[in-house]
Amino acid sequence: MLSIDNLHAQVEGKGILKGINLDVKPGEVHAIMGPNGSGKSTLSTVIAGHEDYEVTDGTLLFQGSDISDLSADERAHLGVFLSFQYPVEIPGVTVTNFIKTAINETRKGQGLEEMPANVMLKKIKEKAKLLSIDTQFLSRSLNEGFSGGEKKRNEIFQLAMLEPKLAILDETDSGLDIDALRVVANGVNTLRSKDNAIIVITHYQRLLDYIVPDFVHVLHEGKIVKSGGKELAHELEEKGYDWIKQAT
Amino acid sequence: MDLQEKLVASYMAQTSSTEDLSAIAKIRSSAIETFEQQGFPTKKMEEWKYTPLNKLVKTDYTVFPKKAKNLTLDDVQPYILHDVDTYKIVFVDGVYSAFLSETTHEGMDVCLMSAALSQTKYRKVIETYFDTATDSKDSFTALNTAFGREGAFIHIPKKKVVEKPIQIIHFSTGVNQNLMLQPRNLIVADQQAEVQIIERHQSLSDTEVFTNVVTEIFTHKGAQVDYYKIQNDHEEASLVDSTYIVQQKHSHAKVHTFSFGSRFVRNNLHFYHKDEAIQSTMKGITLVEGKQLVDHHTLVHHAHPNSESHQEYKGIYDGQATGVFNGKIVVEQEAQKTNAFQQNNNILMSDKATINTKPQLEIFADDVRCTHGCTIGQLDETALFYLQTRGIPQKEARALLTYAFANNVLASVTIPAVKMRINALIAKKLGVNLGFNL
Repeated sequence: MLSIDNLHAQVEGKGILKGINLDVKPGEVHAIMGPNGSGKSTLSTVIAGHEDYEVTDGTLLFQGSDISDLSADERAHLGVFLSFQYPVEIPGVTVTNFIKTAINETRKGQGLEEMPANVMLKKIKEKAKLLSIDTQFLSRSLNEGFSGGEKKRNEIFQLAMLEPKLAILDETDSGLDIDALRVVANGVNTLRSKDNAIIVITHYQRLLDYIVPDFVHVLHEGKIVKSGGKELAHELEEKGYDWIKQAT
Repeated sequence: MDLQEKLVASYMAQTSSTEDLSAIAKIRSSAIETFEQQGFPTKKMEEWKYTPLNKLVKTDYTVFPKKAKNLTLDDVQPYILHDVDTYKIVFVDGVYSAFLSETTHEGMDVCLMSAALSQTKYRKVIETYFDTATDSKDSFTALNTAFGREGAFIHIPKKKVVEKPIQIIHFSTGVNQNLMLQPRNLIVADQQAEVQIIERHQSLSDTEVFTNVVTEIFTHKGAQVDYYKIQNDHEEASLVDSTYIVQQKHSHAKVHTFSFGSRFVRNNLHFYHKDEAIQSTMKGITLVEGKQLVDHHTLVHHAHPNSESHQEYKGIYDGQATGVFNGKIVVEQEAQKTNAFQQNNNILMSDKATINTKPQLEIFADDVRCTHGCTIGQLDETALFYLQTRGIPQKEARALLTYAFANNVLASVTIPAVKMRINALIAKKLGVNLGFNL
């Protein structure tokens, strides 16, 4: 589904990714771990298509096509979703209006008709329930005054509504207490299927107890320096990132 | 002959052929004298520093429209709110159109200025109010006072709550090349009267139109006037709008100004407090592009204790558009416990757009609460990216953020049809169809 080969990327002239190789197949969950500043968030931002991040070398293929020249919304239409570490507050736009616009613009981008209002409403109710979201919450301004947990839950709610093929969860566990973490992880797990894939970006192993990965990759100084199964996450938790730094 | 000389000469020619009340004739002749002495404002004057008039006052305008063109309902349909029942006072090329209007004298007067000026039964009202709220030293106002003979006359008696909004609409058809219009409105809301008014100036052709409108509003004890200015005129049209509001105890005057169209717009919006416990509200959304210029000059004169003023203006400037916001608040020594709030937020969508914003507070009382703030910024790039990752294309994402930015000004609009119309105009201006109303 996602095929990254020797990917180099820079922002404001500064090289951050220095030769990433990553292959994600449908049905798989990949975790990307690494110390602060290793390039984890940059990788997710480059895949999602931020225009300030420039791919300088290598290839970025999604379902076999090069997406490096596509805008973020065009990538979203193909089925790429990025859950933000710090979701943006947008006063004046309600959660409901936002999600309606996102769904219908995505459908338009896919050459589909708008979703009928009653279907939309039913889906909103169903997905809100899945994430224990109160309906009152849906008429609040997007992320404005939301707690850390509410923001992350809202990200996963959008994920559930948009049903992307590839979901990248950037530090979804940060700022969550254990109960919120369970709700969010449970929401993500319900959405797992043989047709879609998930990349979990995290600093800590904690989230991976709930969203169990098939593969774990360790990122250091813009490169994947070690890959393995879920046991690698436990090893990292035990030995710390210094172990990786020394090994390289 | 330049425009100033032409106007003065035209005034002389006009006075011989019209009959005014002697009191009004006196006011007019003094006004033309003021205009003759002062001429049009120049950029050297502090109040006009960022608002060049050069092009506007160098055009040769037709001062007395020769004839009006007949308009059909289809011609005017897009500009009149029709999804709500309203009274309508409609003018075409400066001449009243009975066909397009719906006025009334039942229990109140919703009619014409020309009628009020000429009929003896209105003499007392006219003598009491006409030109008593204005700043007689203002050149544009003086010019209008000299010429203004037509417009809306609205008198709502004590305790009358007008159920239907009143629309005041001026059309120009291009039948007169480079037309200059000087409408004059007088609105009197007696004790505890309530009325909603919508004002619009609309050119239907590509010829230049310069409208210099003056509106005087009097809100008596406990009265409520809710006024909407929809400024979405043709790109060859220019507008100088001077609105003077005189308020009595417990009255609430609310003015919303939506500036989307026209090449040039100058709004002078003045509130004068004559007693205690008054509320004044002024809100605005300016959304312009190209070479458009929109200038908001507001003045709130707090002269008595325990009153409030609330102003909130949002501006979005694209292309090479220019914006001016000058918000003056005067709090006299007597006006203790005044609560004055002023906020002006602007977004520049392009490198060539300009905004000049200036709060001007003159406070002589010591126990007051005056808060003011202005911001100038761009759309948040991170927010744009966030929306795009959700499948919303950049153009729509920008529009959504612009809507969100302007949204809280729309929250205080009390006529749903006006809110819907403004939403639609914003969407059209931004070139999107977002499929929902904020």
